[in-house]
Amino acid sequence: MTDQAYNFAYLDEQTKRMIRRAILKGIAVPGYQVPFASREMPMPYGWGTGGVQVTAACLTPEDVLKVIDQGADDTTNAVSIRAFFARTAGVATTEATAQASVIQTRHRIPEAPLTEGQILVYQVPIPEPLRFLEPRESETRRMHALEDYGLMHVKLYEDIARHGEIATAYAYPVKVEGRYVMDPSPIPKFDNPKLGGMAAIQLFGAGREQRIYALPPYTRVVSLDFEDHPFVASKADHACDLCGSEVSYLDEVITDDRGSRMFCCSDTDYCAGRRDAGHRGRLSPEEVA
Amino acid sequence: MEGALSILSKEKQQDGPLLRVEGLSKFYGGRIGCADVSFDLWPGEVLGIVGESGSGKSTLLSCLAGHLSPDRGEVIYAGRDTVTMPEPERRMLGRTDWAFVHQNPRDGLRMGVSAGGNVGERLMAVGARNYGAIRETASDWLGRVEISPGRIDDRPRQFSGGMQQRLQIARNLVTGPKLVFMDEPTGGLDVSVQARLLDLLRGLVRDMGLAVIIVTHDLAVARLLAHRLMVMKDGRVIEAGLTDQVLDDPQAAYTQLLVSSVLQV
Repeated sequence: MTDQAYNFAYLDEQTKRMIRRAILKGIAVPGYQVPFASREMPMPYGWGTGGVQVTAACLTPEDVLKVIDQGADDTTNAVSIRAFFARTAGVATTEATAQASVIQTRHRIPEAPLTEGQILVYQVPIPEPLRFLEPRESETRRMHALEDYGLMHVKLYEDIARHGEIATAYAYPVKVEGRYVMDPSPIPKFDNPKLGGMAAIQLFGAGREQRIYALPPYTRVVSLDFEDHPFVASKADHACDLCGSEVSYLDEVITDDRGSRMFCCSDTDYCAGRRDAGHRGRLSPEEVA
Repeated sequence: MEGALSILSKEKQQDGPLLRVEGLSKFYGGRIGCADVSFDLWPGEVLGIVGESGSGKSTLLSCLAGHLSPDRGEVIYAGRDTVTMPEPERRMLGRTDWAFVHQNPRDGLRMGVSAGGNVGERLMAVGARNYGAIRETASDWLGRVEISPGRIDDRPRQFSGGMQQRLQIARNLVTGPKLVFMDEPTGGLDVSVQARLLDLLRGLVRDMGLAVIIVTHDLAVARLLAHRLMVMKDGRVIEAGLTDQVLDDPQAAYTQLLVSSVLQV
């Protein structure tokens, strides 16, 4: 292979410096979208080009990398990004949340609590929470600068008026440290409470939109809501059919064409860990002793 | 919300004009937008600005409302110069004490948001966070501008032109402003709808004690609504006075022309 033809972690050092400057600025101003000169990456936009660049800028040869896609370690996006860094950076990879020092994620926060020293990198398709309310970038930037966020509540108002409740289920807007309104990337709103007060550093990279933003450890993050329609972190009202967990975020899987379905943890590492510890769900047989 | 409003209203507890304009000028390169405009506006007063297209009416209105920054002069609102005021404060004024009614309701409304959301936006922008209360206020205001509260969840797209304009007015007046800027509010509406809208506006202006600056080229609208008139030509005020006085006994040659150009049916 021609792996030696690449610099460590694919990007050249100057590019990584530029990205690190954007990351540091993002950490200094939590929730603020820092523009950066996003590079072409050897994958299509929408596959995590922003997250990959942030990960590349953070990686050191000693790091242990975990990549998840909707919580799963074994889906296409996760497998290919993991292989990409295994090849271009030669870093160790893992599926165990606790052992990873850098975790790149698409649309989930791992169930296991993260610790100080870990970095969680999000792939972000549209970093601007006001985008579908106000199409002009010049205007949204001014709105952020002036803290003019009435419009965000108009969106939530419309949700309630139309659906009877706040129907936004993912990419649920949050306010960071009482200042910037931020799009937490399309994580389910079930994960929103984990954003605030987290011990790990959270970095958000949007490749196509060329924005990086960040939440330093233990940041105050509040999900927007109304007094009489408070924020609720929702999940499917079931237990995992494989590990029996009643507290994890669940995927619904159609299992045949007669309406049968199962629910299983979207976080595969969490689910496998529980099964190894002997927990059983509806569809997983008891181990023969 | 109450807090934000009361801060601003406290500063207004003073005698004197609500708005004082001194030597306001705006140039577009070498051309004059409006030049050397000065006037006082008192609480509850309706000032009409008339003139033909291109006479600088809309430029003047935009400068007053802070949409354009004037090149010279000052606009003193409740003792503070809004020209040199920081942008956040001006925006705060723009959604509490001031209101702006556009000629085309599409400019002033969010077409993709329901009527209730449109009316509630200003409330939410100043901090209202109780859905039930916002909705109640919105539905009350829809009633006051003669839109059936049953249509609270309909989009403005589904409304007729006259209803859209009334919705825009409701959306602007919901925070109880003291000063309303109107740019040809009846433009593009047929005469019977215009008449109803004027009726509604007159009622609201009287009940709420609004001060209004209304730009129009329609002298009939000016006659019905305005207490005082300013006639503009080529960016300058050429005549000003009480409405009836200006319209019945015009002094300037241009005003005479303007008044005599109105079709008599």
